[in-house]
Amino acid sequence: MSEETLTIKPYLKAPAGGDPYLEGQKCSACGAISLKKRMACASCGARDTVAPVKLANTGKLHSFSIIHRAFPGIEVPFVSAIADLDGGGTIKTNLVGIEPDPDKITLGMDVTVDFQTAPRKDAEGNEYLTFVLKPAA
Amino acid sequence: MGSEDVYITGIDMIKFGKFLDRSIASLGAEAALGAMDDAGVTINDIQALYSGNLMAAAGMVGQQIQEEIGQTGIPAINVSNACATGATALREGYIAIRAGIYDTVLAVGVEKLAGAGMLGGGGGAPKGLHPEGLLGSGSMPCVFAEAGMAHAKEYGTTFEQFAMVSVKNHHHSTMNPKARYQIETPLEEVMNAEMISYPNTKLMCSANVDGSAAAVLMSEKEMKRRGLQGQAVKIRASVLTTDPWTDRDEVMPDVNTCTRNAASQAYEMAGVGPEDLDLVELHDCFATAEVLHYENLQLCGDGEAGKLIDEKQTWIGGRIPVNLSGGLLSKGHPIGATGIANQYEIAMHLRGQAGKRQVEGAKIGLAHVIGLGTCCGIHILEGPSA
Ligand SMILES: [Zn+2]
Repeated sequence: MSEETLTIKPYLKAPAGGDPYLEGQKCSACGAISLKKRMACASCGARDTVAPVKLANTGKLHSFSIIHRAFPGIEVPFVSAIADLDGGGTIKTNLVGIEPDPDKITLGMDVTVDFQTAPRKDAEGNEYLTFVLKPAA
Repeated sequence: MGSEDVYITGIDMIKFGKFLDRSIASLGAEAALGAMDDAGVTINDIQALYSGNLMAAAGMVGQQIQEEIGQTGIPAINVSNACATGATALREGYIAIRAGIYDTVLAVGVEKLAGAGMLGGGGGAPKGLHPEGLLGSGSMPCVFAEAGMAHAKEYGTTFEQFAMVSVKNHHHSTMNPKARYQIETPLEEVMNAEMISYPNTKLMCSANVDGSAAAVLMSEKEMKRRGLQGQAVKIRASVLTTDPWTDRDEVMPDVNTCTRNAASQAYEMAGVGPEDLDLVELHDCFATAEVLHYENLQLCGDGEAGKLIDEKQTWIGGRIPVNLSGGLLSKGHPIGATGIANQYEIAMHLRGQAGKRQVEGAKIGLAHVIGLGTCCGIHILEGPSA
């Protein structure tokens, strides 16, 4: 029986015996960083120039929205947030550890990436590792 | 042969609404017949049909429309390109005439969307755990809220300024009998409406409706042969772009760059600048989006969109009226029809037939749509009196 950790996205890595991290795909020709593996670099079209790179767990809040109406089964309100990570790469996930109030959330503020078990399971009952953003301490 | 100017000689849209007991084809056919009547042609004059529809794209909607309006054996091209579907269908017809292949074509856009609910983000994941609500939200109200908040980060744009867009477009729609809604929505009502995805309240989200629009396109030679100079609207620019790679692309659909690129291409193609425009119909799928596109379309400088709203420059009677039809927020957004319906609005003004909301002496107008995926379509039209 494999005890490999399932992750919510292929770019979330959970190495056995190590800390989880986010992995980007960086092009050595143009420097672009994406989350998804592609046939060629989406930015410059070069082939065989893209290699995995470990992304930082710190960054800045670029934008957000507070979701009050969602699809059935999804708890609201929650904060959907986009963060530019230090050193490159942009991610989107829930911003937690802060009130879902536009007056409490500061655009451009420092945030950190935190890894945790997702509060839902998939249709087959499997648990997943996911990631969230938190205001930097 | 080729490179002849292309004209819209007939155009129509149905009143947008909710038509539970009608087929997609019958809605499309009604606009198609209206456009052909407007141009004074019949189906026997049409050499090709370009049919735009998104949600039933696998169903050969063009051929279904032919069953309603006449099966003459002409080619039907079924087009699907997100919210730019209608604009893309019309543009394909434009290209064929420019190429010298046809003299007279028909473009139709149609959608049944009433009661569709919130779009995006809810689709089934192919496998694994669906990320909605865990990795933020992929719903359309959220995606466009996040686009708007990035503008707020840069320029301090406020909730009230975003909301004012909706006040304006609802006001404009009270003068458009073909809009889905004709109701004033004061600022407090917009801001206090159910919050969907901050800062977009329910009244700041486009209305899911059923609707259709259609246009007859002709080469200059054919337009003149039929003596339609008095009503022919010239297509001075027809542009389609996709989004080039930008650093946040994967998590934040970039509605700005493709619009900026399309706008600069369109102005160059038309040989006009934003200062020459008398009116604009732009893609206000959410109130936040309209603010971004003021700058993307160069209606003002970067960072000046909030001021444009505050000074009511984009209201009827303002320096550059935007979405006089009521926009997607109040006229409604039947996806496949939207990119032809916005050209209908421009054409009515250029022909002096826009009724109470008429921009006096309008000569040049711009119609813009954007579809996530992502694509942007822009048409610049010139009226018969220009
Ligand atoms: Zn590259």
